[in-house]
Amino acid sequence: MRAEERSGWLLSAPYVAFLLAFALYPVVFALVLVFLRWDLVTEPAFAGGDNLRLLAHDGRFWQAVGNTFVFLSIHLPLQLVTALALALALNRPLALRAFWRAAFFLPVVISGAVVAILWSALYATDVGLINRLLVRVGLAPVAWLTNPATAMPAIAAMVTWKNVGFYVIIYLAGLQYIPRSCLEAIELEGATAWQRFRHVTLPMLLPQTILVVTLSTINGFQLFIEPYVMTGGGPLRRTYSIVLYLYTNAFSYQKMGYAATIGVALAAIIGAVVLVQRRLIGKAEAL
Amino acid sequence: MSTLRRVGLYAALTLAALTFIYPFLWMISSTLKPPFDVGTLELIPDRITLDNYRTMWVRAPFGRALLNSALVATTITAAVLVLGSMTAYAMARLRFRGQPALNAITVVVLLIPGQLTLIPLYTLIVKLGWIDTYAALIVPYLFNATAILMMRQFFLQIPHSLIDAARMDGMGEMRILFSIFWPLAKPVLAIVAIFTFMGSWNEVLWPLLVVREQQLMTLPQLLTVFALGGGAGSLGVSLASAMVLVVPVVIAYVFLQRYFIESMAGSGTKG
Repeated sequence: MRAEERSGWLLSAPYVAFLLAFALYPVVFALVLVFLRWDLVTEPAFAGGDNLRLLAHDGRFWQAVGNTFVFLSIHLPLQLVTALALALALNRPLALRAFWRAAFFLPVVISGAVVAILWSALYATDVGLINRLLVRVGLAPVAWLTNPATAMPAIAAMVTWKNVGFYVIIYLAGLQYIPRSCLEAIELEGATAWQRFRHVTLPMLLPQTILVVTLSTINGFQLFIEPYVMTGGGPLRRTYSIVLYLYTNAFSYQKMGYAATIGVALAAIIGAVVLVQRRLIGKAEAL
Repeated sequence: MSTLRRVGLYAALTLAALTFIYPFLWMISSTLKPPFDVGTLELIPDRITLDNYRTMWVRAPFGRALLNSALVATTITAAVLVLGSMTAYAMARLRFRGQPALNAITVVVLLIPGQLTLIPLYTLIVKLGWIDTYAALIVPYLFNATAILMMRQFFLQIPHSLIDAARMDGMGEMRILFSIFWPLAKPVLAIVAIFTFMGSWNEVLWPLLVVREQQLMTLPQLLTVFALGGGAGSLGVSLASAMVLVVPVVIAYVFLQRYFIESMAGSGTKG
């Protein structure tokens, strides 16, 4: 064997072993688990299509899916608008530019667990910062996390706050590639600031917009620590997320087969939603 | 831009920056207030007390959790850099039969959603008897496909003449990697190190699944369990415990913010 051939195999052998154990095996076994009933204590039993049938009729699972769509319907527009607005504000010669950017990015580096605990305190009905501010300006306090109508929107707003700095950076990178000459040319033709934004900036940021939509969608389907810490999935299961339901099935009910089935379904739903979004954004662009 | 618009812009930026920073300032201030003052709007407490910190330190093993988190995140980061760069070097610069397949598989691995493999990985850890061990927290993260692809991309740009010259001098592949490639690849290694460390430091779902023994919990996990289990008992104590996790990160962030932003935004990883 050539020396290079041997070194190649030697250097990548640990990685190949890792892939077999921690990538290939789990993917294959996820599909096997869909057809098993297993509590990790007794021997696994063949369950046929039971897990899939249960999933199809499981109101709690579909409510979690519905909750995620409620979350996304608030989170996505909010995320796009705030990220783009902040990026546009930063995309000019500014004093303290690095400071503003660092300030917006700060929550991104903080653990989701901390952010969830902090925002539970901010949203608290009696002693929370937000309600104290509302009372100070003469408004009535809101039961943010205990009212079924406001709990999920409150979490969606918080997640937007946590992640927006990340998407600002993505939009800022995109804005640097828009040639100044392009904007100047249509300004000479008498285009207003809004027209310049609508017909040059926005279309040229399409790749970034697709990225922001895709990443925040995937992120939204992974919602876990926020409802786990802040609401426990309530009130009235309105903030129960798919991953929280998966976790509960695995950890509290010891239903490995069913939890894995939820995982497979979740992966399929994410794939389908991201594909549909790309189609829709592509079509909207063609108009 | 007119002066008026300029003033408006800076006012808006200040308001936006406050929205992101003020909650953290309020958090720090709340941890220093006695129970009855927690939550008041004043940032500077009337009476400063360290009781909240004393209480949380006594009630749960936060010192131990800090060590656990540091140990786990450091080990994973070192492995991702050392083992990952060996793999990336082979994939970029060595011709061997499996190489094209390995490149393709690594891209596919990136696309596997974590939720799909979460439960099978958990059952694997149970079967290996790794529940409540450091191995459960570390081993599944020893390699990272994003990191390997980033390092491979960088290694591809290093001129081949450098490798040829080193081989003529009788250097082995490992020495070429660590004494020639590593010094050249410092920027990309720094980016990989930051997002790997942060990802591990902030991870909470996986520890919640595989660790139940309090002495082995990582910081975000202990914090979550402490806040949810009612161990904290009060808002001030619960926020004080969150500070243990925040302070090291914020100190590192203040000094290395450019690298943090580049690293976490570039990798597509969020904490």
